[in-house]
Amino acid sequence: MIKFDNVSLTYPNGYQGLKNINLEIPKGEFVVIVGLSGAGKSTLIRSINQMVRPTEGQLIIDDQDALSVGKKGLREMRRDIGMIFQNYNLVKRSSVLRNVLAGRLGYNNTLRTLVNLFPQDDLQLAMNCLDRVGITDKAYQRADTLSGGQQQRVSIARALAQKPGIILADEPVASLDPPTAHAVMKDLRDINKEDNITMVINLHAIDLSMEYADRIIGLREGEVVFDGKVDAVTEETFEDIYGRSIKEDDLLGEVETE
Amino acid sequence: MTNENQPQHNNKKIPIISSRMKKMTTTVLLVVVALYLASAYQTDATPDRIIEGFPNFVLFFIEDMWPPNWGYFDTAFFALLETWNIAFLATTLTAIFTLPIAFLAANNVNKNAALYHFVRLSLNVLRTIPDLVWAVLFVAIVGLGALSGMLALFFFSLGILIKFVSETIEAIDDGPMDAIRASGGNTLQVIMYGAIPQFMPQFISYTLYVLEINVRASIVLGFVGAGGIGYLLQQQLSVFRYDNISTVIVITFLGVTLIDWISTVLRKRLV
Repeated sequence: MIKFDNVSLTYPNGYQGLKNINLEIPKGEFVVIVGLSGAGKSTLIRSINQMVRPTEGQLIIDDQDALSVGKKGLREMRRDIGMIFQNYNLVKRSSVLRNVLAGRLGYNNTLRTLVNLFPQDDLQLAMNCLDRVGITDKAYQRADTLSGGQQQRVSIARALAQKPGIILADEPVASLDPPTAHAVMKDLRDINKEDNITMVINLHAIDLSMEYADRIIGLREGEVVFDGKVDAVTEETFEDIYGRSIKEDDLLGEVETE
Repeated sequence: MTNENQPQHNNKKIPIISSRMKKMTTTVLLVVVALYLASAYQTDATPDRIIEGFPNFVLFFIEDMWPPNWGYFDTAFFALLETWNIAFLATTLTAIFTLPIAFLAANNVNKNAALYHFVRLSLNVLRTIPDLVWAVLFVAIVGLGALSGMLALFFFSLGILIKFVSETIEAIDDGPMDAIRASGGNTLQVIMYGAIPQFMPQFISYTLYVLEINVRASIVLGFVGAGGIGYLLQQQLSVFRYDNISTVIVITFLGVTLIDWISTVLRKRLV
C-alpha cells in the first residue's frame, strides 16, 4: 500500500510541485494519473520512489515511513519499486539482457556486479522476464537495434526483474504509435492482474486512461482535483481536471481492433 | 511579369553589405595585416632570407644528410622502440587514472560543487605546464633516461585525457543512470551500468589519440634527456653525424606514421 499523508513538494527554485496530497493506493490497484503537462503528474510518481523528495508530510509505503529510511533503506525500498520511463532509459549500447539484468543490481553484491558476475538464477529470471514481454530472441542484441515498442518492453522486463511490489510508469506510451501503445498497455495490465503488482501510471490520452485504469486520479497545479473509480469518470470529469474542454489531442485516437 | 508590387528605390544603388559591416570588416582586415607585419619584423622573417638560404639547404641535404648511415639502423630502431614504450606506458597509466578522476570533473556525476571546481582548477593548472617543463623537472628528480620521460608524459597527458573524457561524460544521457538509481542501484553501480557503457567507445578513442600525441611528444622530450629516440637525435646533432641523423629521421617517420595509421583505423571502427 502507498499512502500520501499531506505530502507537499517544493523544488529548490521555489516552485511548488505538489500541494497537500492525500492518497491511499491499495496493493494491486491499477491507478492512472491524468492532468495537463505541468500539473505535477511526474512529480507525484517520482516522489513515490523519491527520485524527487517530498519536502513536507508523510509517505508510507508498505507500512514503512518512506521519508526516513536512510540511504541504504531507500535503496532497498527502490529495489521493490520498478520504474518505466517515456524514453525507456535503456543503455543503448548494452545488450538487451544486460539492460534487464540491471534490474537485479540492488539485490547483488556491488563488487560482483562491477565485474559482471550475476548468479545463474538472475540470468534465468531475466530471460523469463523477456519471455513475458515476448522478446527472448533479442536477448543478445544491442538495445538500440530494437524498435520503440520493443525497447519499452525491455524496460518493462527490467522492472519485472526487480520482482517489484509496485511499478511506476511515467508516460510509458507517449513516444509510441497507437497500436504499439495499446500493446504495451496490455502488457502492463496483464502483469498487474497476474502478479498483483500495483501500477501507478501517468497518461495524458483520455481514451487510453479510461480503457486500462481501475481508478483515475486527476491533478491540476499540484493538487488532486479528482479521485475515483473509472466507472464514475465521464468526459465532464476530464474537462474539470483539465479546466478546459476536451480537444482531439487529448485522445490517442485510433480505435482498437480486437 | 510586372514589377508593380516591388517598391522602387529610384536610382540609388543597393549595397549587399551594410556600410557599418563594411567599415568593421575593413578595420579588422587592417589590424590583422598590421599584426603580420609586426611579427615578420620581430622574427626577421623576410622572404629574401628564405630564398637566399635555399641553395644552402639543398647543399646541406646532398653533402651531409645523404646517404643515410644504414649501419646505424639497429641503434635507431631500439631508440624508437624505447620512445614507443615510454608513450605506451605513460598512456596506459594516464587512462587508468583518468577514469575515476574524470567522473569528479563531470558536473552531472559529481554534484559537489566545491569538489568539482577544485578538480577542474587543478586540471587547468596541470594543463598549463608544458610537457618540456615536466620533462626537465623529472630529469632533475629521477635522473636522465626513459623513466623521467614516462613520468613527464603521464602528467602532461593526464590533464588532456581527463578534459576530453569528462566532457564526454557531461554529454551522456542521464536517463539510464536515473533508471539504475530508481531500481535501487548504488552510486558505483549507477556509474558502471548507467554511465560507462555510454562513453566507453569515446574513452578508448581518446586514449588512442593521446597515445599518438605522446609518441610525438616523447621524441621532443628526449632532447632534454628524457630517453628515447629524441635523446639519440640530440646526441648525434651535437657531434654533427648527419648521416646517422638521416637514419633516425627515416625510422622516426616510418614508426610514427605506422602508429598513427593503426590508431586512426582503430578509432574509426570504434565510434
